[in-house]
Amino acid sequence: MLTARNLSKRFGAKRVFGRVDVSLDAGGFLLVTGPNGSGKTTLLRVLAGLAAPTSGELQLPAREVIGYLGHDPLVYRELTPLENLELFGRLYRVPERRERIGMLLERFGLWDVRHERVGTFSRGMQQRLGLSRVLLHEPELLVLDEPFNALDAAGADLLDETLAELSSRAFVVATHDPERVERLSTERLAFA
Amino acid sequence: MNYLADVAALARKDLLLELRAKETVPAMLLFVLATLTVFHFALPRGAGHVAALGLLWVALVFTALLGLTRAFVPEREQGLMDALVLAPCDRSAIWLGKVLAVLAFLGLAELVALPAFSAFFSAVDGRTVAAVALADVGICAVGTLTGAMAVAGRARELILPLLFLPLAIPIVVGGVGASAGAGGRYLGFLVLYDAVFGLLAWASFEYVVSET
Amino acid sequence: MKPISLPVLAGAATVLMAAAISLVFFYAPTDADQGLSQRIFYFHVPIALTAYVCFAWGAWKALLHLWKRPEGADLESYVAIHLGVIFGSLTLLTGSIWAKISWGVWWAWSDNQLVLFLVLFLFYCAYFMLRYSVDPGPARANMCAVYALFGVVLIPVSFLAIRLSRSFIHPVVFTSQGPQMTGTQFLTFCVSLAAMLTLFATFYQLELAGKRLDAHLRELRELLA
Repeated sequence: MLTARNLSKRFGAKRVFGRVDVSLDAGGFLLVTGPNGSGKTTLLRVLAGLAAPTSGELQLPAREVIGYLGHDPLVYRELTPLENLELFGRLYRVPERRERIGMLLERFGLWDVRHERVGTFSRGMQQRLGLSRVLLHEPELLVLDEPFNALDAAGADLLDETLAELSSRAFVVATHDPERVERLSTERLAFA
Repeated sequence: MNYLADVAALARKDLLLELRAKETVPAMLLFVLATLTVFHFALPRGAGHVAALGLLWVALVFTALLGLTRAFVPEREQGLMDALVLAPCDRSAIWLGKVLAVLAFLGLAELVALPAFSAFFSAVDGRTVAAVALADVGICAVGTLTGAMAVAGRARELILPLLFLPLAIPIVVGGVGASAGAGGRYLGFLVLYDAVFGLLAWASFEYVVSET
Repeated sequence: MKPISLPVLAGAATVLMAAAISLVFFYAPTDADQGLSQRIFYFHVPIALTAYVCFAWGAWKALLHLWKRPEGADLESYVAIHLGVIFGSLTLLTGSIWAKISWGVWWAWSDNQLVLFLVLFLFYCAYFMLRYSVDPGPARANMCAVYALFGVVLIPVSFLAIRLSRSFIHPVVFTSQGPQMTGTQFLTFCVSLAAMLTLFATFYQLELAGKRLDAHLRELRELLA
């Protein structure tokens, strides 16, 4: 599904990473570890198709089947969870949008606040909404940058369950706290 | 059609955002009224109708700039451009949705500006209104594209007027000419501008917002 | 297209410039009305035409960059536009001097060509502001390419606008140099034009070579680090 050969990325004169090889199929789980500022986020953006690599070959599936969660949850703060998911549901042509949105909001404990502006939420709740957004269109490749960020214990458990349930998909997950997802990973990439 | 539905969803999103935030349109309204007032003091005695019309167009262009500067703020501040660009919809739909929303804001501002101008200076005729409507399309088309460019860099709001104003000069020529009654060809010229730059902006927006 | 080597170009440019200068000052007939000062026309118009060529070349490279994505197209587009701005500034300068000499004013709004160059000058200066406000990378290359395309479309649209604006801004008082030229004038003009274009080609290759060298150096330094 995802193949990368000899990938490198440079910003002007500064090299962020180089000689990265990745091969991921359905069921694969790439764990990217490393301290903050080591280039994990940049790699994930390249693997999601947001940034072009400076050199190397990259083969990605179509945008319809990729789900990306960045450092920010990528949701509109002035809109409600319902409005946010309606928008992305429309853009991703999600079939049976209403039902799917309802199901996800319930699952992530956001059903009761579905009509409130996201700006009033805690960071943890915004993260949950971000996760709902990512899962909305049932992507085959999930690229998650620090998905456990800001989640409380309950939220983290929920995410654990979700990751286990979706083990038939392909994952690229960056985290500076790898113990949680170690057992799921099929490949590892460590950034210095 | 899927494309139009995407555009509608995106435009609706922008309108909703403004409805909640209530920042841009009130600022534009106040700005245009303040500008027209300043112009009253800037025009010397005996300045003709055409001079006042010229200043109307200046006021409109700068009010539009105010609105355009805010156009991509939500996407920029919350990193949402990534989310929109990754969506499977055509990237030009993002542009078109934004254009429609900014057009609406500008239209609202003009709904106040034109009557105010009529009251402060001289009556505004049908030709002027037609010219304003046509010019709005060009302003929003080019302004949205340059707005996306401006927001991608470090200089942000500073750079938008620099990118936009040279492109706006032909619009001002067409607009002032049409309102001054110098002939129907000015309206025709505005149509030409809208068609040419609208098409170019629609086709090239994809490259402005995505790297791949 | 194999690029002509830099020394050949530089040599040709020198020869042509020398030829042009001698022709302009010794061969071309003295103008009945304006005398010696009219000779600046032989520089002003070729410089203006060369600036158009620069912008068109820059836009062509920009289109190539967006369409086929060859490696160096962004840099080539940038260099062409950079030189276009330099030639454009010279156009404004020589145009202003000509206006002062001919009509006693430092700026003539009635000169359509000059006004067009002012608009383009503003536009392409903004191109540089855009380029320097974004970090180098594919995003910047894409945006600059799109802006370069807008520039080349702006040229005819602006010209049309300026022509249209005649009727309500200024009455046409001054007439600019007509296109009919005698044989000797035409020859001088053509040599001067050839000189300016060769000068552009020389500086283009020179600047490109310098920038490519810079890029290579940076890459090497990176690899060693």
